[in-house]
Amino acid sequence: MTDHRFESVSEVREGLRKVDYLADEGIAGIVYLADRLQKPILVEGPAGTGKTQLAKSVAELIGARLIRLQCYEGLDEAKALYEWNYKKQLLRIQASGGEGDSWSEVEDDLFSDEFLLERPLLEAIRSDEPVVLLIDEVDRVEVATEALLLEILSDYQGSIPELGTITAKQIPLVFLTSNNTRELSEALKRRCLFLHVDYPDMEREKEIVLTKVPDITDNLADQVARIVRSLRQLELKKSPSVSETLDWANTLMLLGVDQIDAETASGTANILLKYQSDIAKAVREFAADKAGFKQFAPGPK
Amino acid sequence: MSDSGSTAVEPEVDAASGEPILDLLNGFIVELREAGLPVSLTENLDAMAALRHIPLDDREAFKYALAATLVKNNAHWRAFETVFEVYFSLRGSKYGIDDDSLDPDLAEMLDDERDGVGDGGQGGQGQGGGQALSPEELQQLLLQAMMRGDEALMRAIARQAVKRFAGMEPGRPVGGTYYLYRTLRNLDLEGLMERLMDQSRQQAGRDGEPMTPLEERLERDEFEHRIEALKKEIEAEIRRRLVADRGVEAMAKTLRKPLPEDVDFMHASRDEMVGLRKALIPLTRRLAVRLARKRRHNRRGPLDFRRTVRASLSYGGVPAEPRFRHPRPHKPEIFVIADISGSVAAFARFTLMLVYAISGQFSKVRSFVFIDGIDEVTSYFEGVEDVTEAVHRVNTEADVVWVDGHSDYGHAFEVFWNKWGKEIGPKTTVMILGDARNNYHASQSWVIKEMRHRARHVYWLNPEPRSYWDTGDSIVGDYGAHCDGVFECRNLRQLEKFVENLA
Repeated sequence: MTDHRFESVSEVREGLRKVDYLADEGIAGIVYLADRLQKPILVEGPAGTGKTQLAKSVAELIGARLIRLQCYEGLDEAKALYEWNYKKQLLRIQASGGEGDSWSEVEDDLFSDEFLLERPLLEAIRSDEPVVLLIDEVDRVEVATEALLLEILSDYQGSIPELGTITAKQIPLVFLTSNNTRELSEALKRRCLFLHVDYPDMEREKEIVLTKVPDITDNLADQVARIVRSLRQLELKKSPSVSETLDWANTLMLLGVDQIDAETASGTANILLKYQSDIAKAVREFAADKAGFKQFAPGPK
Repeated sequence: MSDSGSTAVEPEVDAASGEPILDLLNGFIVELREAGLPVSLTENLDAMAALRHIPLDDREAFKYALAATLVKNNAHWRAFETVFEVYFSLRGSKYGIDDDSLDPDLAEMLDDERDGVGDGGQGGQGQGGGQALSPEELQQLLLQAMMRGDEALMRAIARQAVKRFAGMEPGRPVGGTYYLYRTLRNLDLEGLMERLMDQSRQQAGRDGEPMTPLEERLERDEFEHRIEALKKEIEAEIRRRLVADRGVEAMAKTLRKPLPEDVDFMHASRDEMVGLRKALIPLTRRLAVRLARKRRHNRRGPLDFRRTVRASLSYGGVPAEPRFRHPRPHKPEIFVIADISGSVAAFARFTLMLVYAISGQFSKVRSFVFIDGIDEVTSYFEGVEDVTEAVHRVNTEADVVWVDGHSDYGHAFEVFWNKWGKEIGPKTTVMILGDARNNYHASQSWVIKEMRHRARHVYWLNPEPRSYWDTGDSIVGDYGAHCDGVFECRNLRQLEKFVENLA
């Protein structure tokens, strides 16, 4: 068994900052707790807020290998846990054909490690070195397939009928991400710590822009963060995500903009927003003063 | 590994109250369950295990530890936060009632008039005499704090304002909203906004560059944000004082808020409406994904003869691999007929938004709205990406008043039947939305009967609780007799369920 990976919440936070992931108190706190309690983290939130990035950054921070299981509809045991390499098994049988090996010998041989194809889940628990397991977009699998994950997530072990139960050599840090396209089962949720990653507040977003966009001025980053915050307050089909904010900031840098005015903002709005109606709304916003805008604003006056 | 597996927690004692933390946590979890959050036993144990690993006097960490283990759905966050504030608002060093964590100067200045306010009386107009800050000075201080975005000062002012203006007295049976209203009225936040904007305009003027509209807009957003924060501080302060006065259990009960999916359409407050709108978007997305999946996963279709023969060629003409057509389940055609008068308007709005958001699941959607006249509003939604705006137009532009603008189901149905009745066909599902409170007009329920003959299904959705049906001028029973089903649809949960079965 390994020792704790982190000593304190602030250590997690500082560490993540060093690998360019700006965590807030909540994110760092939950990563710390996950390590202490040896529980997986279920990360949920709008697209493009750095859910997957969190797992990658944590892996980088503790110097662990990242094993990723991308979920999709129709994912099954053979793709997630393990599979027998039947072609190789077939060859083995054919190869032994003439030499008169006894069947029981062949059989023992057939279901040994040599013919086992490890899939991400099994790989994660059998690994000797520390790993971070990322189960991405877990809401895409069917409810029935979720059950596959339960044994791994609660006991860090997997069962293969021919080999028996395989227990983890070290407890991996596990992240599950979800875009919330469907309600996950209670059983799965119960086994995890829950972390909702939302759009960052303005100060944090500004910091993120400053960290991730090279050579950007403090003033421009501030403006970018402010405009994005204002946009997120509108009722849009799709609010700009952090990654889109970064794209936008990068674009502005390439265009050599150092002061955003309404015209520039309107001209480049298509990088922040992906729906025509949203862009139209935003352009209207950039141009008009607040008076004409109030009626669409959701918040209290 | 250490102790994470063990479930026994030593009875640590909370410094502020002397109560063992375990008891406190138990009460907390009971209250969460009362508020409708599904907290299981294992989650309860997890929460206790988590608390062993974080410093108990760090309130933020405490909160996140509890949230991560107990709340597994973001929509429940608000309910959790409310309960948390009530249970733990008086705990933690920074949050006691009387110690302000301010720099000494400020504390002294505000302290001065603490005595003044104590007997300043009901109105709290702060006739504290020379030593206290006058209301104008307090306003001035607030303006400065807002300009600078100085959070500590803002918090102090929020406390001061509550002490001074809310007029809170122990044991007074008034809700927190009343105190909030009194405090806010005295602070005049609208005026504050204007003054803030004036100031920053002047500042920009002095720097030589007047603000562009965009900058002004951003500045305004910033101030709005700060004022919102101030309001939150004031609310929190009032809550703290109420909890101190009335005790935790009583407050938790009064503040208990239903989860967004359980909020009653007809009695939702404005805040709850905003919450509902926010909840609706992810809900429609979820619903659309689910329906699309259901459609795709439905059994195989009939044998595709041509492709089977083609596939058989690779087996020497033996049809070893039969091929099937993709099933094309029938997509229903929907007619929505909605009452949009006063009390049920919100319900109609949500249903229209939901139906149009998943209109891909239907072959055609047509919508009609009425009060005592009826009008078709399908065109408002055509080619429009933004359903919210279309619904807004429906409410303002549709021609639905015939005589006096009081619901008249009978007349509306009659007109509907004469104008559009023939367009109802055997593929049509008709959804009628309304409380069937007909103001004692004639019911004309024969229209529903005729509709049912022509249409595939006729459903009635009623936003009133079932126990109110057929009381007073409600005649839902009259109409319901001719429908395929009458459903109670008081909240998002029920609405979602109905729509899912529909598609």
